[in-house]
Amino acid sequence: MSSAIKLDELRKSFGPTEIIRGVNLDIKKGERHAIIGPNGAGKSTLFHLISGRYNLSGGHVSLNGEEISNLPPYEIYRKGLSRSFQVTNIFPILSVFENVRCSLMWSEDYKYSFWHLVDRERKLNDRAAEVLEEIGLTSRQHVPAGVLTYAEQRALEIGLAAAGGADVIMLDEPTAGMSHSETDQAIELIRRITVGKTLVMVEHDMGVVFDLADRISVLVYGEIIATDTPENIRNNKAVQEAYLGVEAEHA
Amino acid sequence: MSDIAKVQNAVMSASFLKRFGPWLLLALGLIVLPFFFSSNIAVYTMNLMGIFIIFALSYNMLLGQGGMLSFGHAVYFGLGGFMSVHFMNYIEADIFVVPVVIVPIFGGLIGLLFAVIVGSFSTRRAGTVFAMISLGIGELIASCSLIFVAFFGGEEGISADRTMGPEVMGVDFAQDIEVYYLIAVWAFITIALMYLFSRTPMGRMANAVRDNDERIEFIGYSQRKVRFISFCASGFFAGIAGGLFAINFEIVTEENLNALTSGVVLLMAYIGGVGFFVGPIVGAVVFTLLQTLLSNYTEIWQLYVGVLFVSTVMYAPQGLTGLIAMHIPAFKMKRLRVLAVPYVRAGIPTLLLLAGISGFLETIHHVRSAAVGETTMSLLGIEFDTHTIMPWIIIAVLVVVGGYLTKTQMPQLREAWDEANAPLKSDEGGAS
Amino acid sequence: MFELIFFSLLNGIVTGLLLFMLASGLTLIFSMMGVLNFAHASFYMLGAYVAYTISLYLGFWVGLIVAPLVVGVLGAVVERYGLRHVHRWGHVAELIFTFGLAFLIEEIVQFIWGKDTKAYHEPEILQFPLFTFFGQNFPAYKAFMLLISIGIFIALLLVLTRSRIGLIIQAAITRPNMTAMLGHNVPLVFMGVFGMGCALAGLAGVIAGPALGTFPGMAVVLGSIVFVIVVVGGLGSLGGAFIASLLIGLLQTFAIALDYSVSDILVAFNITTDAESAFRDLWTLSLPQIAPILPYLLLVLILIFRPTGLFGKRES
Ligand SMILES: Nc1ncnc2c1ncn2[C@@H]1O[C@H](COP(=O)(O)OP(=O)(O)OP(=O)(O)O)[C@@H](O)[C@H]1O
Ligand SMILES: [Mg+2]
Repeated sequence: MSSAIKLDELRKSFGPTEIIRGVNLDIKKGERHAIIGPNGAGKSTLFHLISGRYNLSGGHVSLNGEEISNLPPYEIYRKGLSRSFQVTNIFPILSVFENVRCSLMWSEDYKYSFWHLVDRERKLNDRAAEVLEEIGLTSRQHVPAGVLTYAEQRALEIGLAAAGGADVIMLDEPTAGMSHSETDQAIELIRRITVGKTLVMVEHDMGVVFDLADRISVLVYGEIIATDTPENIRNNKAVQEAYLGVEAEHA
Repeated sequence: MSDIAKVQNAVMSASFLKRFGPWLLLALGLIVLPFFFSSNIAVYTMNLMGIFIIFALSYNMLLGQGGMLSFGHAVYFGLGGFMSVHFMNYIEADIFVVPVVIVPIFGGLIGLLFAVIVGSFSTRRAGTVFAMISLGIGELIASCSLIFVAFFGGEEGISADRTMGPEVMGVDFAQDIEVYYLIAVWAFITIALMYLFSRTPMGRMANAVRDNDERIEFIGYSQRKVRFISFCASGFFAGIAGGLFAINFEIVTEENLNALTSGVVLLMAYIGGVGFFVGPIVGAVVFTLLQTLLSNYTEIWQLYVGVLFVSTVMYAPQGLTGLIAMHIPAFKMKRLRVLAVPYVRAGIPTLLLLAGISGFLETIHHVRSAAVGETTMSLLGIEFDTHTIMPWIIIAVLVVVGGYLTKTQMPQLREAWDEANAPLKSDEGGAS
Repeated sequence: MFELIFFSLLNGIVTGLLLFMLASGLTLIFSMMGVLNFAHASFYMLGAYVAYTISLYLGFWVGLIVAPLVVGVLGAVVERYGLRHVHRWGHVAELIFTFGLAFLIEEIVQFIWGKDTKAYHEPEILQFPLFTFFGQNFPAYKAFMLLISIGIFIALLLVLTRSRIGLIIQAAITRPNMTAMLGHNVPLVFMGVFGMGCALAGLAGVIAGPALGTFPGMAVVLGSIVFVIVVVGGLGSLGGAFIASLLIGLLQTFAIALDYSVSDILVAFNITTDAESAFRDLWTLSLPQIAPILPYLLLVLILIFRPTGLFGKRES
């Protein structure tokens, strides 16, 4: 299978400190890929580099075989990569419905149109309603997104990332801070919306990771120390020392 | 007709009313207003109001809709005005003859042109940088206008005669009331267009960029381009307002594009409420009334405007419209009546307090600025001698009693407010 | 020519240092609180008016000391009961608040002191020419302004680099959230810095009032220029503000002193112009004429090509 995302010697420094130190990674089309690693390892930074939020200090990123290094985020999105954020990043004053509708606008090909009236566009509104149904926020669609509960905001965050129909979806700790039942629901949701798509996610909950992922990469201090199937990762000595062991001690 | 068809008809006409009702009302209002207010000063005020409504709405495309705080919006208004005045002169000189009714278009186009130029670099960022660029451009153009006399006419500005164009349906716009209807038509069109703009994908994305300009890039939109388009549209409508100003006053000066006018439009939009589409309309109406009516009664009206502005920013950041909108939940629950009595009980002493304060200010102002020996003044038709003790006692009583009573009424008012806005009992039952 | 350059240089420095007195306060306030205080020049104006009133009863020197204190207290009150209240609505609201405040203060000044220019004069012992150079006088009062400005500059430098409070302020500038963690009472520090910035502006007003005139428009005249300085210097950079103040001061005095026009250049290149054309204003454009727009031109250019300003790191 060909690769969806390919990272080649990716580097990022903030001032003198190098946070991402030469990452090579090949994520196959259609796979569910989890990235795990201790706090501060650079997982979010890696996401920011791929999605265009940060400029690269070195290396290359390609999406579906096409180079996307240092493109602005909206260009990368238009090429089919969509993402969510670890720290909830929604449109707080707009209504929940409006949030979702905005995230559909580009993929429904409205671009910067000022000659369509959104309320008249039946297909767009139906799609938005579908997405709302999917993420379970239909009953809350008229309230400003800023007043949603934390779990609801996380659901919306995932919804914004998935709505546009991008074929590569990156989720940064989608279940962070959720209760058990909320996590289960979120995982179900993620499963549903990523059918037939490529999923890259950062996740701390090992249960979730081993359950959901086809392959796992372990990022430690800005370097990937292993990429493999869940079973192999579980049995990997280096990983156990560097990461899982630490987790176990914590627990 | 079958019952179903009847119901369908009813539903359709209800949605028709809901969609077009406000517009019909607006059109009707614009048509009949001059029949109720027909004096010269009233027509003058309404003309100015119409111009300011368009101007303030165009400003809110930036601040309220797009999250861009501009301190130089008068540039586009003023340039539109200058362009229109020049066009009226071309018409008079037979260089380029068009009916005067379409002159504001040219104002709009020059506003658009400058917005394209300025927006191409100023919309890269929102926030402080945008605000500073707008301020710099504003000062730059305003100072330029005193240098380039050929276009801006220096201190005197440029004047023109609006009656020289070909007549449209026998109207030559010699009368202010004729200009009123011209402004009314333009106001209706531009209000509708600006409203519709806010309902387009572009308008929606402008709101999104205001809310969170970073995230918008991850759903496919360039924040810069969204801002740029909003900015251009806003410049266009400001230019139209400037064109109408030129037609109405037949003169445009540096004052129409300087920082003061930029400040006024910010003030109008903010007092009205930038979070609502109608906010700037309310603001423009209130400000124009203050400017034309209040200034007849008091020389220190601008002081009151300043106080009103600062108190709005501090205590009612949603503006006057926001204050009204606050009552919608209570209204929907049919509980406004709960508030009526407390409002009256708190309102009367508040009015006394305000009367006392403004009486104090007015009297002081009179004492200080009146000619020597001139000691009688009149407030609200009451004549009194400022050099006797009585007025001061009355003022003191008003302030103290009004202030004290207001304070004692506040807890009750707050209680009533909480009661009126408490969730419905049935809702609570339904939720559990 | 030499005398022209000499006096322009001297005047430019006087103006520049005066501007820095305003710009330094504005910069400190911005870097600590993230607020560009539109009303900063209004406090400068208040300084002049308060000093004027005091000077009527107690003389210039008392005004010099007391007026800045009064203005500083006023500033602290504004911060405590105005700005801090508005803070919860966000930065844009804060900016609009200070903008409204500038408007309001101008109205209040007109209400209290009237619309005319006040006869606020330098003290008599300073009303003599300090020296005469090529037949041109340099007034002693200007030297006095220079002295005060330099004194303030040095004092500021010492406070910021040597004192404890200065260190806290510096820490707050570079790491806004850190100081709170270190256990300092941040609201109090904010109030203090705001008050001190306003007091500095007030002092500038006190000494500028007699030289530049005490009238209700004096805040507007200087307000935008000071903004230009802090932005050009780089928002939040004191060093940048200092350089930019001198730059703008010199730019303005030299542009006024050197009376060249576009036509002079054209004549030098043997180009003749049509005195009747629509562009006639362009040919006759002279340096003194465009002096007032130079700062704004600089501002816009800087913001386009280097949004962080000359020495700034932050992009707001
Ligand atoms: N903009 C920035 N400037 C400077 N340092 C940064 C920046 N962003 C991240 N860092 C640093 O980079 C390191 C990696 O951060 P990152 O957020 O990528 O970690 P992470 O793996 O996502 O951790 P977590 O599990 O806590 O989310 C951290 O030490 C952080 O302090
Ligand atoms: Mg992270």
